[in-house]
Amino acid sequence: MNGLLLSLRRILVILTKELTQLRRDRTTFGMVVMIPLIQLMLFGYAINTNVRDIPVALVDQSNTALSQVLAQTVEATQVVRFTARYAEVSEAQAAISAGQVRAALIIPSDVSQRVARSASVSPRLESPPATDEQTSRPVAQWLVDGSDTMIAAAIKGLRAMPLAELLRRPANRMTPTFEVALFFNPESRTAINIVPGLVAVILTMTMVMFTSAAIVRESERGNMEMLINTPVRPLELMLGKIIPYIGIGLVQTAIILLLGHLVFAVPLDGSLGALAVTTLAFIGASLALGLVLSTIATSQLQAMQMTVFILLPSILLSGFMFPYEGMPVPAQYIAEILPATHFMRTIRAVVLRGAGLHEVAFDTLWLVGFMLVGLVVASLRFKKRLD
Amino acid sequence: MTEPVIEVRGLTRTFGDLTAVAALDLTVEPRTIYGFLGPNGSGKTTTVRMLTGLLTPSAGQVRVLGHELPRDAERLKRSIGYMTQKFSLYDDLTVVENLRFVSAVYGLGRRAARQRIEVLLATYALGPLRDRRAGQMSGGQRQRLALAAATVHEPPLLFLDEPTSAVDPQNRRDFWERLFDLVDAGATILVSTHYMDEAERCHRLAILKDGRKCADGAPAALMAAMGAHVVEVEGSDLRALKAQLAALPEVVSAAQLGSRLRVLVHERIPDPVAWLRAQPLNPMPTHLESVHPSLEDVFVTSTGDARA
Repeated sequence: MNGLLLSLRRILVILTKELTQLRRDRTTFGMVVMIPLIQLMLFGYAINTNVRDIPVALVDQSNTALSQVLAQTVEATQVVRFTARYAEVSEAQAAISAGQVRAALIIPSDVSQRVARSASVSPRLESPPATDEQTSRPVAQWLVDGSDTMIAAAIKGLRAMPLAELLRRPANRMTPTFEVALFFNPESRTAINIVPGLVAVILTMTMVMFTSAAIVRESERGNMEMLINTPVRPLELMLGKIIPYIGIGLVQTAIILLLGHLVFAVPLDGSLGALAVTTLAFIGASLALGLVLSTIATSQLQAMQMTVFILLPSILLSGFMFPYEGMPVPAQYIAEILPATHFMRTIRAVVLRGAGLHEVAFDTLWLVGFMLVGLVVASLRFKKRLD
Repeated sequence: MTEPVIEVRGLTRTFGDLTAVAALDLTVEPRTIYGFLGPNGSGKTTTVRMLTGLLTPSAGQVRVLGHELPRDAERLKRSIGYMTQKFSLYDDLTVVENLRFVSAVYGLGRRAARQRIEVLLATYALGPLRDRRAGQMSGGQRQRLALAAATVHEPPLLFLDEPTSAVDPQNRRDFWERLFDLVDAGATILVSTHYMDEAERCHRLAILKDGRKCADGAPAALMAAMGAHVVEVEGSDLRALKAQLAALPEVVSAAQLGSRLRVLVHERIPDPVAWLRAQPLNPMPTHLESVHPSLEDVFVTSTGDARA
């Protein structure tokens, strides 16, 4: 009993010392607030999967009033913007290769006949279906730099563009095959998905970074030789070092979610309790991961490099940028190891879909388990000896 | 007779191919200051680290304060204080914050800690500096703080690894006064150094070189039993004279001290002054005088290290 009390007091004194040092380290203290602020503003605005205003070239071989109207109609979609005009297809291809434009629209010289035929096969006019080569020919052709799949998909989206306006006819009311009801983000705004994800990314970055440097810093500055000569136990040292950062993690989460709510109108639908529990579990897991790195690294620079090594897959594989389900199975296994993947699911579920704690129980428990394993591994790896 | 505080038999530590400490035997009696004298790389720090349980010995038996090492290293930690060679307290904490941290880590209660810290601030003249950050203090001040921190829990045994390497002579004298106060209060101190004057203050001394103990005993006894005579030689071309003297097999070493040469002559020569006069030296020395040996002479003879 007395031993436990002494143990708690040692944890408390390490914690107090850590907080005092943190308060005096202006740079780190500033990073606690500035990292989430800047990254939220930057990514909230910058990351946008709705592609607009792609620079493209126009090769108008027909040069008629109709071809001009066609070009205007295409530009009116706002998906593309004509930044160059060429007479020859070869020039347009060269411009694509040079990266000046991402695609080129080739309007053939017989565009008028093609439009007329295409109009004649429109279902409203009840003509015979377009079966033979003559009637099924498209109006014009896109040459696309397909290396960027996002841009390719945006231009592919123009394939079935209605041409009613071109023919001065009322819009062709197509009956879609499926009716789609978009839940949770009806306007398809990217920020809604990005902001809660940013909590996971920023917490991974700051939590792992701060703690991975924590133990190494003591060694680098020579304090460790004094510490290991005292009765401090490894687990006490680990706990005393990470507890202050739990508070910091919660502050950062609050900054991101509140600003996200105010600036980007990201809903905060879930219960605060569920949010707190799952966030704490993730903070704990990240801190434990940082501590493990801290016992491996021999300098703060190495600790930083290891943080980046964890951070990159946490951004790319966790489902922050690309849907987890779209990744090949081996990549999914790797993603499954990262705490960020589990937290990405839980925080989006809680914040956007209003999920309760029982619905995110598996991922939350997984994070708690990760934290416990990490703490034990770090404590075992930490030796109170110099050899 | 009380039990020795430190008893070491055949202590050895290797790092790969390098033998840092080889078959060291030591006995440190209570209430003494025991010195390790040796050049850099002679195994002083490695030995201290093994005696505090920080390093596992490759071979040998270590008993410190009745604890078998390395097995009982954790239990030993409460009863020893360790002042590291490099300042190891927190630069960004103040004097009082550092002392408070260390006292809490050693499990002192809040009130006991407060009282103890006031005593330490007074003893080590740190009162006016209590709210100064350690990183902004001078070498002497930091060293006093380090000693205060190492003695917060009033350990019966104190290890000091080159404690005065960044300290001016006045501060060094004061520092040693504090060490004798601690011994007077019942502590045993093991101190490593490469300063002769510091080594001379120790009750007992072990001279280390390349991880081996070359000699040990009280400084006065070591000087008496040195095994060589010391002759101071004056003459015109001292550099040439020194080269000729150093070539003689009976001369252990010859070193220049300003306008004199300090020559160590092997003890098998009964009258070194007469013997030196009889040598065919060119130019002949103008003045020869037999003098008392210093600790440096002991060091040079026992390590066989004619460095000059």
